[in-house]
Amino acid sequence: MIVIKAQDLTFTYSGSKKPAIENLNLEVKEGEFIVITGPSGCGKTTFARCLNALIPSFYRGEMKGFILVLGMDISKSTTSQLSKYVGFVFQNPENQLFSLSVERDVAFGPENLGLPREEVRRRVEWAMKVTGITHLRHAAPYELSGGQQQRVAIASILAMKPKIIVLDEPTSFLDPLSAHQIIETVSNLRSEMEITIILIEHRLDLASRYADRVIIMDRGRIILEGPPSKVYGEDAEAIGVGIPKISLLFNLLKREGYDLGCTPVTLEEATQAIRRRIMDDRS
Amino acid sequence: MIEVKGLYFSYDGNEVLHNINITIHDGEFIAIMGENGAGKTTLIKHFNGLLKPSKGEVLIDGVSTREATVASLSRKVGLVFQNPDHQLFSETVFQEVAFSMRNYGYPEETIRRRVNFILETLDLRSYAETSPFMLSGGERKRVALASILVSDPKHIVLDEPTIGQDHQQKEKLKNFIVQMNTQGRTVIIVTHDVEFVVECRPKVILLSKGSILAEGSYDEILSDEDLVRRASLVPPQIGLLMSSLRDLGFNPATLDVYQAKSAIEKRLLSNVSKTL
Amino acid sequence: MSLKLFEGFRFTGKRTPIHRMDPRPKLLIASSIFLLSILFTNIIVLLILLIAQLPLIYLAKSLRRWSNSLRGGAVLATLIFIMNFLTGSTLVFSLSMTLRFLVLISAFSLFFLTTSPDDLGLVLERLHLPYTLSFTFTTAVRLVPTVALEAQTIVDAQRSRGLELDRGNIIERLRRHIPILIPLIVSAIRRSTELAEALESRAFGSCENRESLITLSMKWTDYFVAIATIIILLVGIFVRLWIPLPSLDESIRLPSIWV
Repeated sequence: MIVIKAQDLTFTYSGSKKPAIENLNLEVKEGEFIVITGPSGCGKTTFARCLNALIPSFYRGEMKGFILVLGMDISKSTTSQLSKYVGFVFQNPENQLFSLSVERDVAFGPENLGLPREEVRRRVEWAMKVTGITHLRHAAPYELSGGQQQRVAIASILAMKPKIIVLDEPTSFLDPLSAHQIIETVSNLRSEMEITIILIEHRLDLASRYADRVIIMDRGRIILEGPPSKVYGEDAEAIGVGIPKISLLFNLLKREGYDLGCTPVTLEEATQAIRRRIMDDRS
Repeated sequence: MIEVKGLYFSYDGNEVLHNINITIHDGEFIAIMGENGAGKTTLIKHFNGLLKPSKGEVLIDGVSTREATVASLSRKVGLVFQNPDHQLFSETVFQEVAFSMRNYGYPEETIRRRVNFILETLDLRSYAETSPFMLSGGERKRVALASILVSDPKHIVLDEPTIGQDHQQKEKLKNFIVQMNTQGRTVIIVTHDVEFVVECRPKVILLSKGSILAEGSYDEILSDEDLVRRASLVPPQIGLLMSSLRDLGFNPATLDVYQAKSAIEKRLLSNVSKTL
Repeated sequence: MSLKLFEGFRFTGKRTPIHRMDPRPKLLIASSIFLLSILFTNIIVLLILLIAQLPLIYLAKSLRRWSNSLRGGAVLATLIFIMNFLTGSTLVFSLSMTLRFLVLISAFSLFFLTTSPDDLGLVLERLHLPYTLSFTFTTAVRLVPTVALEAQTIVDAQRSRGLELDRGNIIERLRRHIPILIPLIVSAIRRSTELAEALESRAFGSCENRESLITLSMKWTDYFVAIATIIILLVGIFVRLWIPLPSLDESIRLPSIWV
């Protein structure tokens, strides 16, 4: 089932002359894990904002073409209406938590939906369990590390049981280990529920192994898309995207005439490929 | 020279820094690394006297930070904060960059010359008359950097320079930082961007929970997987790859992708020559 | 220094009997102390009102923060004393007015130090204030420490560019605060946009009758405290109206030449 369908989508913020995204065409299937990346100003955040109608209901501007999310026309919806279906995790954890205890924060969304208390309770418990923050139930956000705060933000979104979750550079403010844990938490969601994940991320070395598809954007357009190993094998570096160092290594070797037969995304793939090649050469 | 001697710092009853001893010589290139909350920013705020030690002392070119004002120390130690939005306030980029020079009381002619020079160097010349608030995140970060560099401090300290920067911006930043250092400035960066450190090759000071965990060359520290993880960092990918190929004779301290490429190339060549 | 005053009103999630109390009796205590300190000008009563709070503050393990807030208010307290004394009030009366101010700071510091803004929000909801209003209020309370921290970072950043805030006359000093104020305002605007975005994404205001996960409930200790407070308040009012108290006023004041 197609859950997101964008066709010739163009959006220009009011007050700006140049479109932030231009003639974007994209289809996303239910349950896919998609990583979107590209240099700053490439339009990835603008596209993300279209997915829960922050564009055009919160940010004004001119929209051309169309985008359907779960069959709903975004240009006719509000973020509030969509929040049941599309969860959005923002970059800065500090500005998306509203309560002084984790539990109450996770409950905030379902409460706003007007759900009965028992249902709110059930969802809060479940969301805290899935994101591994149950032990932090009574903690206040300022007692938590950035990584824990971001996990609370994810739990808060999950408690609304969305079909799609969009994460806009959720790891920018985190140290590498916390970033790693956040991305793992996100990928674990897929085993818990039927959910489509759109992750906007610079740290491709951490995110790639979980991605079904990587989309590289530049100047408002999609430049490359496909499975990570395919995209990194092509000219992603030339666009100025920092592909994982092991993928880069294999590209460099290939340029020197040593084609190891793949562009690895994980360490294990890379190790095996090099090992195999050296052993083959010996025999 | 920056000397930190037996520095302890407590805030609100919590010990944030514990017995820190560091000597940074003129012209050195240092990366202070460690998890969020390790005390990195607290430490560098001691370098220009924003914070004074609870115990121990910090000497800048022989002068104790207790005996000098922040303004006078800042002329020697330029501290660039992480978020440019915490300092931009002027109508134009030119005025913004000129701010510190005016505070230090330089004549207008010198100010104009220095500001123009630094805007040129940092690729900001065309924005001189633009409002800093109209610029992109990467550009704002460069304006903040320019506003410190303009008064030509001998030592420059950058707090998380790569946060929020994309690949290309990081590349430019790396070249600029390395260039500043080769011109003889002391450069200290605070970062947890492991790959960036591998490309810049500074000396690394690893900080964790307010204490120094380790100190040494970047490849020595960052190839020690256990140590790196204790500081909530993730070891560089190439290092991990080389480490898992150790049995084939690869060196786990090879962290740079180009060095790794040469090593593998050499290995494959020698294989070929053996079979011939 | 101004940050210190905030410190004394900032909630910290300690686990003490006072923190665990229902917010309503706590609000009742603070308001009763407020009312009594307004009713009496007698210095002994005011002294008792201040000292009576000490055991509660000790129980809440908040002595240091409480004393911070008193210290933060010290400048204003001194000012109140000087103004009273200079305008011809007796020494004891001037001291009483100063004490009254400290009693007020202390009472509300105790309340805010031990009551989570979330609980405060629930109280406001119980008072049938519209949800958006109580939400706005609690968010404002919650943001105080964050903004205070941010202000400190901005001050640090500008001082690192050679800005000296405490140089020159008063006009000059005010002018020197512009580089602090502008980033603070810009960042506040950015923060409110981000908060609004996040609120939209969590269906804020999409439903009229929301049910809160947590509800307030009074335990017997809460009822006990509430009743005890009311009794003390009534006794206080009774004393004020019908029982004359001995006065310490020895009528020491500045000679009228001075005034």
